[in-house]
Amino acid sequence: MSSYQLDLFSSLGINILLALSVYCPMATGQLSIGNAGFMAIGAYVSAMLTVHVHLPLFPSLIIGGIAAAIIGVLFGFPALRLKGIFLAMATLCFGEIVRNFFMNFLQPLTGGAYGFRGIGDVPISISWIWGWVALSLVFFFFLSRSRLGLALMATHDDETVSELIGINIVFLKVAAFGVGAFIAGVAGGLYAHYYLYIEPEFFNVWESIFIALYVIMGGMLTYWGPVLGASIFTLLPEFLRFLQDWRGAFFGVVIIGLMIARPSGLVTREMLRIDFWIPYRKRRKP
Amino acid sequence: MFIQQLFNGIMLGSTYAMIAIAFTLLLGTLNMFNFAIGEVFMLGAIFGLTFVHMGLPLSVALPLAMICTGVACLVIERFSFKPLRNAPPLIPLVSTIGFSIFFQNVAVNIWGSERAQFPQWMEPINFHIGPVLISSTQLVILGFAVCLMVALDLFIQRTRLGRGMRAVAESLETATILGVDSRLIILMTFFGSGAIAGAGGILFGLSFSIVSPFMGMDPGIKGIASMIVGGMGNVRGAIVGGMFIGIIEVLSVAYIGSSARDFAVYGLVFLALLLRPQGILGVIQPEKERI
Amino acid sequence: MKDTPLLTLKGTNKKFGGLVAVDNLSLKISEGYIYGLIGPNGAGKTTIFNLITGVYPCTSGSILLEDADLTSLKPYRIARLGISRTFQTIRLFPSMSTWEHVLIGQNFLSRSRIGEILPVRRTQGSTLRAQAEEALRILGLWEVRDRKAVTLPYGSQRKVEIARAIAAQPKILLLDEPSAGMNIRETEELLGVISKIHDLGITILVIEHDMRVVMGICDYIVVLNFGRKIAEGTPMEIRQNEEVLEAYLGKEE
Repeated sequence: MSSYQLDLFSSLGINILLALSVYCPMATGQLSIGNAGFMAIGAYVSAMLTVHVHLPLFPSLIIGGIAAAIIGVLFGFPALRLKGIFLAMATLCFGEIVRNFFMNFLQPLTGGAYGFRGIGDVPISISWIWGWVALSLVFFFFLSRSRLGLALMATHDDETVSELIGINIVFLKVAAFGVGAFIAGVAGGLYAHYYLYIEPEFFNVWESIFIALYVIMGGMLTYWGPVLGASIFTLLPEFLRFLQDWRGAFFGVVIIGLMIARPSGLVTREMLRIDFWIPYRKRRKP
Repeated sequence: MFIQQLFNGIMLGSTYAMIAIAFTLLLGTLNMFNFAIGEVFMLGAIFGLTFVHMGLPLSVALPLAMICTGVACLVIERFSFKPLRNAPPLIPLVSTIGFSIFFQNVAVNIWGSERAQFPQWMEPINFHIGPVLISSTQLVILGFAVCLMVALDLFIQRTRLGRGMRAVAESLETATILGVDSRLIILMTFFGSGAIAGAGGILFGLSFSIVSPFMGMDPGIKGIASMIVGGMGNVRGAIVGGMFIGIIEVLSVAYIGSSARDFAVYGLVFLALLLRPQGILGVIQPEKERI
Repeated sequence: MKDTPLLTLKGTNKKFGGLVAVDNLSLKISEGYIYGLIGPNGAGKTTIFNLITGVYPCTSGSILLEDADLTSLKPYRIARLGISRTFQTIRLFPSMSTWEHVLIGQNFLSRSRIGEILPVRRTQGSTLRAQAEEALRILGLWEVRDRKAVTLPYGSQRKVEIARAIAAQPKILLLDEPSAGMNIRETEELLGVISKIHDLGITILVIEHDMRVVMGICDYIVVLNFGRKIAEGTPMEIRQNEEVLEAYLGKEE
């Protein structure tokens, strides 16, 4: 595999993780456009650990993820009161506050606005990234088939009724933020150790918005939606090289068109049932 | 010094206010969150500059640019609003994100990504009002912005069409039943929203000597923040919110430093959302459920 | 009546700003009976359900389940203590099948923490699954268990809502206008269902406008008007109560 293709597939893996990180809160009905902030936390914490404390990669990633998760949970509590655009705006503010934090503080450790160079000498192998992707997919697979997953679906569908049938929605919603933050934090750590350079500017609002787009366009109701959304958004530009500078405009048009043609996203829950794919005639009688 | 900064904040705030108005017109009347307003703002400046380069005087270029951005918003209506009337509100929002990306990319390709400036359009006379140093250009810009906003407010409060807008904001179905031409109101609201965003863009470009395809990104988000802090759903809230954010931004740079700027603004908006989400003059409340 | 009441409301008040929705209401619900809650629209009946289940806090007064004070508890805790309900407008989960509705209804019963993340099919499921299956069979919904609940006919949807509510084997079931929008046949079926639930030992509180339902199955009736209790007693007694007739039919001129 050429080094270019390697980079592409690494990007893909990281984007899938990021998409899954937004899928988590979204599964409980909370739209987050601040996950680049969690990614930044994971990236900077793990990078500081490997560079300054000489911790091995795996614990650094985990601690980076946990740091992000703690912040995520802390954020999740006040976020409970906010819905819709208010929540989205709060997550946006959060992301910007984190980005600004890393621009202005911890300069001696991280290089501040000038960026953090030399995170290790050698980029980590791509299998680190895809190992985590596989782990996450296994996690979501089991989650989707469990009672907890059912409780998440209920919370997403109708919060009020869910509470009234005994579901602790506070726990679910806050935990969803925390788990999402963890995944984003690990993705950030992986990013830092693959590209060996990070700067606060990378973790900006548009990054967060794109990640949310992967999920919304791919399909918000199942974990394969974000996977597909991230894949298309990461790989499609490669096939559109002939458009050169106009790729952005093309993407804009794709988004506009997709929302008209298929507003629920590309992957729906029905598609995960086997009988969706069997032609109508062949289905057994219910 | 403080009053000077206050004045600067008002200058900045008036452009944020105009963007916030553009957002709030659509959100309040039609429950539509048009993310592309920031890019429409940018297009206003770009169109304005283009017309000026073509030889038109500013007094012609500005209204012409406003018409163009109004039309741009009508295009948005056609693809992001009309076909998505029955979809959950997230969907049109995502569609307008698409427009945002589209407009910015087109602008980069056609106009280039360098920053440009409006050529000098009048001889600036600096004078003092008390401790404040004001240039005549600033005064004209501010005056124009204020006139525009006052005119809009009067329009909504006093005219028949304005009443129609308020009726549609209350309830689209009821308004239609009562004979309001909702199609006209919808188109008008989109056009007006685009026009005012475009005007904001030109005024911003004139005030701060920046015109670039990327100039709409940050003000766009600050415009959303202004709308939320001031209170969504009404024009006066947008104005108040815009001024508030503008003043905060300028004061934080003046007294703490440029690094504090985004911290202060976003930190404050965050707090506002937690403590008083309906904003200063809020009309739209985060919903309470009825069982 | 049995001695210790299952559910007690003492001096319960609910004000929304200046509007008094529930006015100094005291009520004792005994275990094992079916109670009807009737009254003109706006009498405060659904508000009482909302107060019991914790959707709104009481402005003053208390609500007790046996000895437990419900007044400051969150809704999910109250549900887990054994109070379930249905809603005036049917509120199902749009993405779930009938079977999933029953499963989620009994979700909090699954004791083991690990059981919560194991696949639904294999959880310590044999007891819980059996209970879930029974709930569906009682309501005649076993055949449509795999269909998306919101695609079922209206009467069946109401039954799914009830199945979800009884899946957790609650102590009390609150039904809010269950027969609304039903035709005669469906209402008859509903009466049968409520009867079967009663046989399971679940205490039932029904808000109803349909007098056939009320007179047909209720052991006791509580009549409300303007948030106040104006009468209480057996169906016979209520039928002859003057104040009740007045509330519904207006004063005799």
